[in-house]
Amino acid sequence: MTISLSLTLKVWRQAGPEETGRFETYQVENISEDMSFLEMFDVLNESLINDGKEPVEIASDCREGICGTCGCMINGKAHGPEKATATCQLHMRKFEDGDTIIVEPWQAASFPIIKDLVVDRSPLDRIIESGGYITVPTGSAPDANLIPVPKDAAESAFDAAACIGCGACVAACPNSAAQLFTSAKIQHLNLLPQGQAERWSRTEDMVETMEQYFGSCTNHGECHEACPKEIPLDFIAYTNRDYINAKRKNRNLSGQH
Amino acid sequence: MIGELHSRSPEGPIGEKWTNHKFDMKLVNPANKRKFEVIVVGTGLAGASAAATLGELGYRVKAFTYHDSPRRAHSIAAQGGINGAKNYQNDGDSVYRLFYDTVKGGDYRSREANVHRLAEVSLNIIDQCVGQGVPFAREYGGLLDNRSFGGAQVSRTFYARGQTGQQLLLGAYSALMRQVSAGSVELHTRTEMLDLIVHEGVAQGIVVRDLVTGDIRSHTAHAVVLATGGYGNVYYLSTNAMMCNVTAGWRAHRKGALFANPCYTQIHPTCIPASDEFQSKLTLMSESLRNDGRIWVPRGQDEVRTASDIPDNDRYYYLEEKYPSFGNLVPRDVASRNAKTVVDQGLGVGSLKNGVYLDFAEAIQRDGEDSIRARYGNLFQMYERITGEDPYKTPMRIYPATHYTMGGLWVDYELMSNVPGLFVIGEANFSDHGANRLGASALMQGLADGYFVLPYTIGNYLAPLLGKEPLQENDAKCVESIGKVAEQTQKWLSVNGTRSVDWFHRELGKLVWNHIGMERDKNGLQKAMSEIPALREEFEKDVRVLGSGDSLNSSLEKVGRVADFFELAELKARDALEREESCGGHYRTESQTPEGEALRNDEDFAHVAAWEWGGSPDSAIRHEEKLEFEYVPLTQRSYK
Repeated sequence: MTISLSLTLKVWRQAGPEETGRFETYQVENISEDMSFLEMFDVLNESLINDGKEPVEIASDCREGICGTCGCMINGKAHGPEKATATCQLHMRKFEDGDTIIVEPWQAASFPIIKDLVVDRSPLDRIIESGGYITVPTGSAPDANLIPVPKDAAESAFDAAACIGCGACVAACPNSAAQLFTSAKIQHLNLLPQGQAERWSRTEDMVETMEQYFGSCTNHGECHEACPKEIPLDFIAYTNRDYINAKRKNRNLSGQH
Repeated sequence: MIGELHSRSPEGPIGEKWTNHKFDMKLVNPANKRKFEVIVVGTGLAGASAAATLGELGYRVKAFTYHDSPRRAHSIAAQGGINGAKNYQNDGDSVYRLFYDTVKGGDYRSREANVHRLAEVSLNIIDQCVGQGVPFAREYGGLLDNRSFGGAQVSRTFYARGQTGQQLLLGAYSALMRQVSAGSVELHTRTEMLDLIVHEGVAQGIVVRDLVTGDIRSHTAHAVVLATGGYGNVYYLSTNAMMCNVTAGWRAHRKGALFANPCYTQIHPTCIPASDEFQSKLTLMSESLRNDGRIWVPRGQDEVRTASDIPDNDRYYYLEEKYPSFGNLVPRDVASRNAKTVVDQGLGVGSLKNGVYLDFAEAIQRDGEDSIRARYGNLFQMYERITGEDPYKTPMRIYPATHYTMGGLWVDYELMSNVPGLFVIGEANFSDHGANRLGASALMQGLADGYFVLPYTIGNYLAPLLGKEPLQENDAKCVESIGKVAEQTQKWLSVNGTRSVDWFHRELGKLVWNHIGMERDKNGLQKAMSEIPALREEFEKDVRVLGSGDSLNSSLEKVGRVADFFELAELKARDALEREESCGGHYRTESQTPEGEALRNDEDFAHVAAWEWGGSPDSAIRHEEKLEFEYVPLTQRSYK
């Protein structure tokens, strides 16, 4: 038999970016342990609508842990209690009957609240825009097997490329730093032979764009703990190394040595 | 008035059509490209690759997505891989073989010329993606690895762990963001297209709603490209993301674009079965799992033992028994229907008896747990997260779910709809997969259209328009369309009924799944055609959308999408009813071989059915485009 839960939810409600927010308390009953956390919110919202109350805005899309749309603070933890799990993949069997669950939006000055639990994460796109690509106009790439990539390098690049851009690292960080996101994006490309031509400019541009929006890293490691894809902290170290090199090499490149 | 439909496929031998056509098409010279504006709606694989490439070429592009970032489009969730006829494995693959397999796999309901072009550009796609840094799987020598996928008899699938879609989309997204940074693409996020502006018979712009502020406005351009995905969420439960919808395509249909083959839906065989009424979506488990997993159910209906306690002779490996040569790797439609058959016989597994086993015990014993983990680790982890069961120890439970839609807006060889200036790419069009899509071909088609087909063909349309300005954004036509969208938005907010949008969507989904699902018959389809409009009427009177239109309001976003699903569902039933044959994913129980396989009727139905909006959902007009098969002989598919 599936177990069903009765829960108390304390949910952050905020009508808009400039409005004052507050916690609202809701009771939900008959929550199956097989439900996902977001399906539990579907049940809550359906009952709010039935009562003539506006449903809670909570973002999600793929509900498979890959698109990075979802994410909120659940009992103070980004994406909740289960390690390496995005909010949409968190299931109610991880909670006990009678639990009180506190649900808040990502908290970071660079992620302003749009409504309720939905925030604006567009600074992450600004970081990609500043250099998170390899310049290879359509049609200009050589044959795919012309560039052998050592398997270890490919695997390492993949570990970085697994980042889903959810922003949990920023939300979990006491400084609201985006080092884990940015370094994952930089190292995905910097570790590959194809990414070498723009390695130094990419590193400098992305790090400096990041710093326009986000706080500084002081090596707490909370980002890695919260990351649904367990992106290793090593990438931050690699990026620091690349950034120092970039500062030197980019000066050389522009003839200022 | 629409006459007979012509694909405008070029003349000549199949292998030379695209090459010749590229030469024959008009070019826009580099200095003139900046004089043209192009709207691209949707930023998944097809949309992002198209917008990026058009931007690189020098066109002025406006890209629209309802997501907060282009990287979130549902292409991201594709797991298995992407086909490319590189023949790196030296196992006899070729462009011609990929072409042949795709036409046959589509059960002879696609256009030969389109499919051959797709197979040709599959080579360029792999090069392009590797160049962008897509971390495909590699061998120890550093070269690319391939696997056989979804029943292909050659290893032509490139893959990136279980997240090929994410890696390809990150590639296309990075190319797009490079153009955003260069200023050639203007990106509009959290913006949903709600109408197509057609002026003097030509697509000239769109009306959009800003999902955060509620602002409704128009954007005009020389051409509009829809890359807005499939309509699988008409079933409510599907492997599509929550927000996937048919709205952009449907609104274009209501403005004159033909909707082709809406009855073609792919039901993917390997998804996690539903657990309860509040199931919000279904999760796919990549069919690459079928390479190592064996599918079975207990032979007895009253089986109560756990899977590992059931001895081999009490297990019914139904695919291996019925299809000895393809076994567990039969095409998706065959695998899905057989799962339904055994579950309908009461042989299903799990507490709701709504699944079949996909068992890795033998593969783990043969290759070791580590190598299975290396191949499928993230899929096993996802399964464990959702079900609470460990697939290294107990077999997975799987069941078919709606996954992909082969139908979509009708397009010609140049990917232009019957409305001049309106192009449709990726899953949103109907073009290349016929009645059934082969595994690892969706990513291929999205990127083929976006990187290597549309950027050429759109030039052929634009070249003669040199010197013509786009429609003014305050033109009466735009103002009228904005007014209608605003009025409709207010209408939904003022219904003030008793039931949520989701409630109606769930009920619609049940009707569509029961009557237009894996098996269809005349009775059920007629029932659907009377029950869907009845439910729609109730929906229009009784739906409850709270809140306002001037801030984020997801119920308001959904209500319009569900309204479009209602109209599409009715057309889907009608299309299925009139197609009195079985083909690929469209299985009419009245039309089967003695062995229960899909039986085509080539005499009467070797054509595309393309529907014209007739002013209401029940007055659509059916048009036909004849399909000719010069290279791939029409045969009954057999996977025995």
